[in-house]
Amino acid sequence: MKELFHLEPARSSLLNRLWELQHQHGFISDHDITQIAAELQISSVEVEGVVSFYHFFHRQPSGKYTIYLDDSIIAGYKGYHRILEAFERETGTTLGSVDRTGTFGLFRTPCIGLSDQSPAALINFRPFTQLNVIKVKDIIQQLRSGADIDQLYQLPPSNVCNTPYSAMNIFFRSYTPGSAVRELAKCQPDDVIRFLRETNLSGRGGAFYPTWKKWEACRSYQADHKFIVCNADEGEPGTFKDRVLLQDLPGLLIEGMIISAFAVGAQYGIIYLRGEYGWLQDQIQKTIDDFNELGLLGSNISGIKGFNFQVRIQLGAGAYVCGEETAMLESMEGHRDEPRTKWFYPVEKGYLQYPTIVNNVETLCAAARIVELGVAEYNKAGLPGSPGTKLISVSGDCNKPGVYELPWGITVAELLELCNAVDPNFIQVSGPSGECISISEKFRRISMLDLLGKPDLRCGGSFMIFNKDREIIDILLNFASFFKQESCGICTPCRSGNFIIERKLEKLKNKLARQVDIDDIVNWGHIIRSTSRCGLGKTSCNSLVMAMQKFGGYFDTLIDKKENGQIAGFNMDEALADYEQYKS
Amino acid sequence: MGEMVNIKIDGKSFTVPEGQNLVAAAKNNGIFIPSLCYFEHIDPPLGTCRTCTCKTDGKFQPACTMEVYDGLTVEVNTPELLDMRKSLVEMMFSEGNHFCPSCEKSGNCDLQHMAYELGIRVTRFEHLFKDRLIDYRPERIIMEHNRCIKCKRCVEDVLTDDGKKVFTYQGRGNETFVGIDYQEEKKLTEEQAIAAMELCPTGAIIVRGVSMAQPFGEREFDIHSEQKNFSRRFPKSNKPAGMEKKVLATASLAGCFGCHMSMLDIDTELLDLVELITFNKSPLTDIKKFTGRCHIGLIEGGCCNAENIETLKEFRNMCDILVSVGECAVWGGLPAMRNTIPLSECLEEAYLNCATSEQGANLVPYHEDLPKLLDKIYPCHEIVKIDHFIPGCPPSASHIWKSVKHLLWGEEYSILYSEFKYD
Repeated sequence: MKELFHLEPARSSLLNRLWELQHQHGFISDHDITQIAAELQISSVEVEGVVSFYHFFHRQPSGKYTIYLDDSIIAGYKGYHRILEAFERETGTTLGSVDRTGTFGLFRTPCIGLSDQSPAALINFRPFTQLNVIKVKDIIQQLRSGADIDQLYQLPPSNVCNTPYSAMNIFFRSYTPGSAVRELAKCQPDDVIRFLRETNLSGRGGAFYPTWKKWEACRSYQADHKFIVCNADEGEPGTFKDRVLLQDLPGLLIEGMIISAFAVGAQYGIIYLRGEYGWLQDQIQKTIDDFNELGLLGSNISGIKGFNFQVRIQLGAGAYVCGEETAMLESMEGHRDEPRTKWFYPVEKGYLQYPTIVNNVETLCAAARIVELGVAEYNKAGLPGSPGTKLISVSGDCNKPGVYELPWGITVAELLELCNAVDPNFIQVSGPSGECISISEKFRRISMLDLLGKPDLRCGGSFMIFNKDREIIDILLNFASFFKQESCGICTPCRSGNFIIERKLEKLKNKLARQVDIDDIVNWGHIIRSTSRCGLGKTSCNSLVMAMQKFGGYFDTLIDKKENGQIAGFNMDEALADYEQYKS
Repeated sequence: MGEMVNIKIDGKSFTVPEGQNLVAAAKNNGIFIPSLCYFEHIDPPLGTCRTCTCKTDGKFQPACTMEVYDGLTVEVNTPELLDMRKSLVEMMFSEGNHFCPSCEKSGNCDLQHMAYELGIRVTRFEHLFKDRLIDYRPERIIMEHNRCIKCKRCVEDVLTDDGKKVFTYQGRGNETFVGIDYQEEKKLTEEQAIAAMELCPTGAIIVRGVSMAQPFGEREFDIHSEQKNFSRRFPKSNKPAGMEKKVLATASLAGCFGCHMSMLDIDTELLDLVELITFNKSPLTDIKKFTGRCHIGLIEGGCCNAENIETLKEFRNMCDILVSVGECAVWGGLPAMRNTIPLSECLEEAYLNCATSEQGANLVPYHEDLPKLLDKIYPCHEIVKIDHFIPGCPPSASHIWKSVKHLLWGEEYSILYSEFKYD
């Protein structure tokens, strides 16, 4: 485990401590909690509050082999249920529990960033992809007979798909460590910020906030220390582009962080890596070590006097809301990851109240390429006003799922053609919190611009394709239950609103809903969006509301129209079923 | 806070100290912004309940996390915002299990108070009836998780003398609850525990032995509204002023007949009533069957069995206007306490495993003559369309009578704060 930076308080090590215990014992015991609480001089319940927030931490033994099965909607359509059944049969345990011998624990988890190789599972946090019943049987038998798990798994392929546009690649072109950082010797921090402004680089996590504004703001605050945090908590279901960058180009990412540090005057960098990507940790750490040796990290980097910067990795533990920047900072400080109220932006008071830059993996990589290639070269790709390329993770009903590097400005139709989509009908862009489009919108562009007053699709990275046989209500229900579980629980509309919405969708699925229920969902979606505390709640109903508007014909077939409007949806047989069992 | 600045609330200009919290600034100028998690001395404010959501400079924002600055424009009482705030409080009611008639905190409860102030008669959301714990393990307090709205006040503000937290959130999503540190809780003094109870905006934290000290009916929110003009006025509506008597029917489903008792409590106005109304099917007149269409039907109680459903549907067919009267009809009320528990467990506890059941009892009553029990109690509006709701356990006689007169003859009426109650 990597040491904290000297200025970080003991509490920042809480997550690492808990991981250590989880790995050692398979769970975190009462004794451990009391001990940690005593060390940190906080009450035990506070430690427990943190433990219970993350679904990779267990308070009961979770088995010698802990299996997490990806239950995202993509996995659902690729055979999740079959695989689950196979695991249950082979391990002798049921979902959510550990078998009698304590060997196997079987749990489910939202998207693990392997939607292109679905169905997938993590076993002791190592990826096993493209599972089928035979494979499951084989894996479990081998584990039972004492095989070393590290021999059993292979690193999943990156699945970077080549396209006719590959000649214009920004990210996936050849990479030599240090080529971007060496450019820094020739310029000033203000130049770097100018480069970003001239290339219109904006936050690739999905919010598309102009990166240069963020960096410039952070630069303007005077402080003893500043932090660069890389948001590698790629939790949005259906997204896996950052996984590929972390796997193939970790050096480029670190260079992006170094450039950011140079621009804003930061000394410390932290890569917040999602727990699901724990298998990438060693490789990234090795790259950091190499960089230290090459003099690309440490003191007087690249010969620039007084430019000191170090990087460490912080491993998350399974919580989607950590992708929200202030929640991530809370998590790093050893608190429950509840998003902060926006009194200050992180650029002013972020990690440990120091000015902090939080940027997505892809944004930092892009920044590195901009410095390396120069503005003119970068701007050759894409559209004027939305230059460069975008990484898109394509999954679902297509023959070629994977990561596509495409110039901004490509249309949905072109992308569908490239990935060989089969009968596409419903497409979820930017994940559940993004927007859904119907195939009738296939000529829309993917860019950061507007076209004829209508904004283009700002794809954050996830592009899930569903064909016309997929029940839209099932997709939406999967999303609703995802948000219900992943809400941090701190604000009313997100916590209880998503719970209420899920119930309503179940009613719709059971064909007990009326037109008024559809109207309710749209109205309530607006309320949840307007009153929630952070981006999670604000976006949780986006695609739901859009789907109601775009797929009106489909929902018409689900609602019950035959009653006269005086009677509400109610199923007597179902309501009586519990009592009928006493009929002798 | 030296400087005074100018802000605009709903179009009116006010001069307030710069940097003051918007909720406080509005309150000082006679504008009521409902809030629940906001508590003056918790700084920075928590911003968890979102009840105080307003539009500041055109953006939705909770007022409690807003400091005023020069030129700030705030919208507070637009129809959209009023409805939004109402819905947030309704969400809390449907998410928790709030049984006002049986709650120690009733009358001292901020949540209940806020719902009174907002005039919530019924929640637009289905009650979720999630099973929650009542935790008797702490030494000095009882934690009633059914009533917790996760406002975070206790998490931030209840500390032991050595500065350790007694409460912290556990879990996440819809499973979030407030965990208690039993060791630290022991260290609280009686005064600290009572302070925690008073800090809690609902009845989730109850101190053993002291929660009932003040009589119901004389409590803080039993009497006065925070708003100058509380009364919910219902303007005159245009109904034909026919001279013929109106026909009224009533029924008690899964209720206790308390609401029927209350209907009779209108004293001398009963004389008017006899002049103006004839009864059809009703337990008050013992008329068992409908003999014709009715202008209005008053329903007491929710639906707990198949017979209730049938009766209710019959009422819907025979009555022009259908009214849910009382907590049970409105959302299930006290019988709905069983909704968090599977039906089989309720029945087996009642007939097989309870202390008074006969040795070797192995039969849960089931007979074709017995109405069949539903899996849970359903409020009336989840079965049929309901036109009007009168909350209360029971609703006050004057509330019922004023509503009926309004619904039948369009008479203007207003409900006083003291007449609008859930207990």
